[in-house]
Amino acid sequence: MQSSAGLRLIYRAYMAAFFLFLVAPLIAAGVFAFNDSVFPSLPWNGFTLDWFFSPVEPKLGLFHDERLLRGLNNSLYIGVVVAALSVAAGTCNAFLFERRTFPFKGVAYILLIIPLVIPGVILGISILVFASMIANWVDAEFGLFITWLRPGIPLIVLGQFSFLTTITSLVIAARLQKFDMALEEAALNLGASRLRVLTTVTLPFLYPAMFSAFVVAFLVSFENFNTTLMLVGSDAPLTITMYDRMVKAGSTPVLNAVSVVLMLGSGLLALASVAVQREKKA
Amino acid sequence: MGRDAGRLSLILLMTPFLLWIGLLIILPQLGIGYVSLREKISYDEFSFGLKNYVDFVSEPVYRNTLFRTAWMSILVTILALIVGFPVAYYIAKIARQKSRAALFLLCLIPLWVSDLVRAYGWIVLLRETGVISSTLVDLGIINQPVEMLYNDATVVMGLVYTVVLFMIVPLTSTLQGMDDALLEAGYNLGGSRFTVFRRIIVPYAMPGIVSGCIITFMLTAGSYLTPVLLGGKNSSWFTEQIYNQFITRYNWEAGATFGVTLLVFTSFVVWLGLKLTGQSLATTVAKD
Repeated sequence: MQSSAGLRLIYRAYMAAFFLFLVAPLIAAGVFAFNDSVFPSLPWNGFTLDWFFSPVEPKLGLFHDERLLRGLNNSLYIGVVVAALSVAAGTCNAFLFERRTFPFKGVAYILLIIPLVIPGVILGISILVFASMIANWVDAEFGLFITWLRPGIPLIVLGQFSFLTTITSLVIAARLQKFDMALEEAALNLGASRLRVLTTVTLPFLYPAMFSAFVVAFLVSFENFNTTLMLVGSDAPLTITMYDRMVKAGSTPVLNAVSVVLMLGSGLLALASVAVQREKKA
Repeated sequence: MGRDAGRLSLILLMTPFLLWIGLLIILPQLGIGYVSLREKISYDEFSFGLKNYVDFVSEPVYRNTLFRTAWMSILVTILALIVGFPVAYYIAKIARQKSRAALFLLCLIPLWVSDLVRAYGWIVLLRETGVISSTLVDLGIINQPVEMLYNDATVVMGLVYTVVLFMIVPLTSTLQGMDDALLEAGYNLGGSRFTVFRRIIVPYAMPGIVSGCIITFMLTAGSYLTPVLLGGKNSSWFTEQIYNQFITRYNWEAGATFGVTLLVFTSFVVWLGLKLTGQSLATTVAKD
């Protein structure tokens, strides 16, 4: 490469500045969770864990804050349900698109991708509108009251499922594509039934991809805001609770404590996902 | 496998896909299209027509919010490309083999952190009582605290921060495929650094640039948290209008009209981008 030492130095400095830019707000959000002050700002008054564990006002800690804990609980619940559903649907889609031919497959593939390019807010309102239309119609025709079609956790699950399935499908399909068909043929020749081949050969091959798809879906669901905001009822997940707190009550370091927990949680899960991917390569 | 069994399993595999796409994507989109064409005359009484769209076009506030969102999204996309390209190039071509994966992972860290936490971090840094302002006062550089939130520059910066990763990832994977011999050939033939960049690197990276720009633009135009939190009450972002119509004012007809408009508009920009560069949706978005 023809590049002088000076240019190289400037390039390095740019990269350093960029990474500083990337981590600066994360550090700011994290550090002030440990500052012994009622505002998340300078000056630094010393280290404390009150914003996590203190049971009394004014420094009510995260682990004693009923509403935040309920939000966390809702988020975990929604995340696990959505991730499980979207991995199941994604696995079906992977087999459908990798193994089968059917009419209009090209169109179907575009439809598979489309949910990723629809803005989250639009997905949210469209599902809200459609669910309400069905609920209103059932109410008018049969006098039945379907509460799960009204804003609340079931709708949040459906809303997040609608775009997470695209992600899980792509992740699992990419792995299925690498599968060596000879393995299945060998198992069939040895007298295994189709179902047995699926459960003992093909699916175990897919487990690492299914696991990372699950983790990705869980994390995206946990962090999702745009779609969730439109569908939320009385049981708000953590991101919505935190947003409400920020807008209505102003920011206190307990929000920094939430940020720390979120960052640690997603960091650990991401590491777990990377570790599983590594293992499969080794 | 018998033919009937094959057909049965195809139907079984097809069912979840059709239910998902039909019930959660196509019908809901038709649903908001339908609601946007509906006018409320009185309770439970509707007529159909384009009146909501006429209202939208004839109301400068709404129209300008869309233009503003579009303009700022394009600006953010361009800035993200300018900021992200050197980073992607460094990771793909200049960094040593060993540090590549680490640098790439480092780039992905903010991806795993909620938008909300990132915006909150910026608020802690930038507001009047925030870290940067009080540090500057302590250092004697400025005399009194300065509010750095609630202006367009901050919103653009925050949006670039939020989306730049989605630019870097496709760019890096495209650039990684480039053979260094191409660059050497360029230099050997007497090309200056700029010529090599313009005639070899950029054309080679074009698929990555297109997919990065499309993803970035879609995410920006559809974003909600960053403009609302960093821009405050005056951010006038289009998704905020949709939220206000739907949830605050409970005017679903207008909200649906805004939603359809945003969808048509972003789809149009994406289509135009693909058309101008001769790429297809499947290869750009679903590459990884």
